Amino acid sequence: MSHSRTDAVLVGTLRACALLTGTLVLFIVLFLLVESAPALRQVGVARFVSDTAWRPSGGAQRGQFNLLPMIVATTLATAGALFLATPLGIGSAVFAHFYAPRGLGRLFGKIIELLAGIPSVVYGLWGLVVLAPLVASWQPPGTSLLSAILVLTIMITPTIALVAGATFDNLPRSYLQAAAALGLSRWRTVGGVILPAARSGLFTAVLLGSGRAIGETMAVLMVAGNVVQTPHSLFQPVRTLTANIALEMAYAMGDHRAALFDSGLVLMAMIALLVGIAEVLSKGRIYG
Amino acid sequence: MSFRMLFPQSMLWSVVAVFSLACCSCGQSSDTARSQLVLTGSSTVAPLAAEIGKRFEKLHPGVRVDVQTGGSSRGIADARRDLADIGMASRDLKPNENDLLSFTIARDGICVIVHQENPIASLTDQQIIAIYTGDIENWKDVGGPDAEITVVNKAEGRSTLELFLHYFKMENADIQADVVIGDNEQGIKTVAGNVNAIGYVSIGAAEYDAAHGVGIKLLPLGGVAASIENVRSGEFPLARPLNLVMKSEPQGLAKEFIEFARSRDVHDIVEEQYFVPLAD
Repeated sequence: MSHSRTDAVLVGTLRACALLTGTLVLFIVLFLLVESAPALRQVGVARFVSDTAWRPSGGAQRGQFNLLPMIVATTLATAGALFLATPLGIGSAVFAHFYAPRGLGRLFGKIIELLAGIPSVVYGLWGLVVLAPLVASWQPPGTSLLSAILVLTIMITPTIALVAGATFDNLPRSYLQAAAALGLSRWRTVGGVILPAARSGLFTAVLLGSGRAIGETMAVLMVAGNVVQTPHSLFQPVRTLTANIALEMAYAMGDHRAALFDSGLVLMAMIALLVGIAEVLSKGRIYG
Repeated sequence: MSFRMLFPQSMLWSVVAVFSLACCSCGQSSDTARSQLVLTGSSTVAPLAAEIGKRFEKLHPGVRVDVQTGGSSRGIADARRDLADIGMASRDLKPNENDLLSFTIARDGICVIVHQENPIASLTDQQIIAIYTGDIENWKDVGGPDAEITVVNKAEGRSTLELFLHYFKMENADIQADVVIGDNEQGIKTVAGNVNAIGYVSIGAAEYDAAHGVGIKLLPLGGVAASIENVRSGEFPLARPLNLVMKSEPQGLAKEFIEFARSRDVHDIVEEQYFVPLAD
């Protein structure tokens, strides 16, 4: 009797938690839609991709609202960071788990945890005073797409390494034992048994990393240069959607403000797309 | 720093204002109406007025100071039409506005900064305009080393940008920026980290950082050294007053507030926001 009552309370609480989380997301999307509606109505969806520039403070009539360069910049920065961080993160997790001596592996794990916990503004500050001047001495102005990619890489590598490591931890020991019994070399074990078995976990790791990269604001704001343009080289400054909101929200009014909420809406759509792609891919291959 | 960038006082304040409005409309009595001050106008003055208002509220329990932005023109118009108790304007009154009274609570000045190791000692207004519009792209064209200039500009909507553009009679669309920054500190760190950079920031912030060993150099403008002292005296050309505007001689609560905003008691708030307090 008391058992079932505890259960009922627990189920109720859990349902409430789930409901709250779910509605919270819906409310945020609703809020974004309501706040961005004035700009969508006055400016129109087409102008967000067809205007010649981003000069929103002129208002709906005289201003220009092209978000495309910032969408491109966000995509490039995220893709670049993933390109570098995925092999780095997974590679370091493989090293720590299967190659490093036990003590070193554990120390490495702690360091990675520490890295993952550093607030992003600290990475940004470091990027601004160390990385950007370094890049500037090679290819001015230093604050550029490259700097953004490098800072993002450093930020998401620990995320990827931690999730990958947790996946390796959760693999059945019997896999390793079977591989050892077959006399497989360590590399054959990792490449032929571990990595295929950990596919879904590794995929989650990369997905979490890309989510963090798309949403990162402060660090990118400080090193990317924030000039609204479609970059033609790694050394040109770019502005991401998140940086755009953080830079201009403080002083934006009217249509300008609503246009910034449109940036937020686009960002939300990009994340949704990412989750959607992950869903499709995971149905097809990961759990095959 | 991140918190201030994302949620400046003005925004927090507007949230508070909305809530307080909502409260007032449901149970307003004549008593609460008398103990409320409404300030509208310049988005440059608003964060300062909001902070001063907070301290004023603490000293006067029961009083509400409601600060709303909307630009200097709105501040002037609202003060004239009695829509606000006090208007806020980040400029001097124009000749056709002499029916109003203005009370300066602080001054705002901005200066051009370069890296400490930059040999340039001064630039003319024409040279600064040429650099910002992309006509001059190399330091050697203004007597410096052979190196490309990194132009640091402010993000759209910032009052520093508006003052800069207004003084040099440029449009933001004309500026060929290499880096766009948000607040003063970011601008100073960007210039300090790039030998070939040029930027502009609030004088208050620049002077403080330069005095504390940050590698930047403040350039004089029109032969006047960029310093808080020269902004206060009104000599430095790239500066403006931050004014409170009233239709008639202030009385009662408004008078108290204006006196408080001009007193020593708020100098720390003024300096915190990189403005220059009045001499006393």
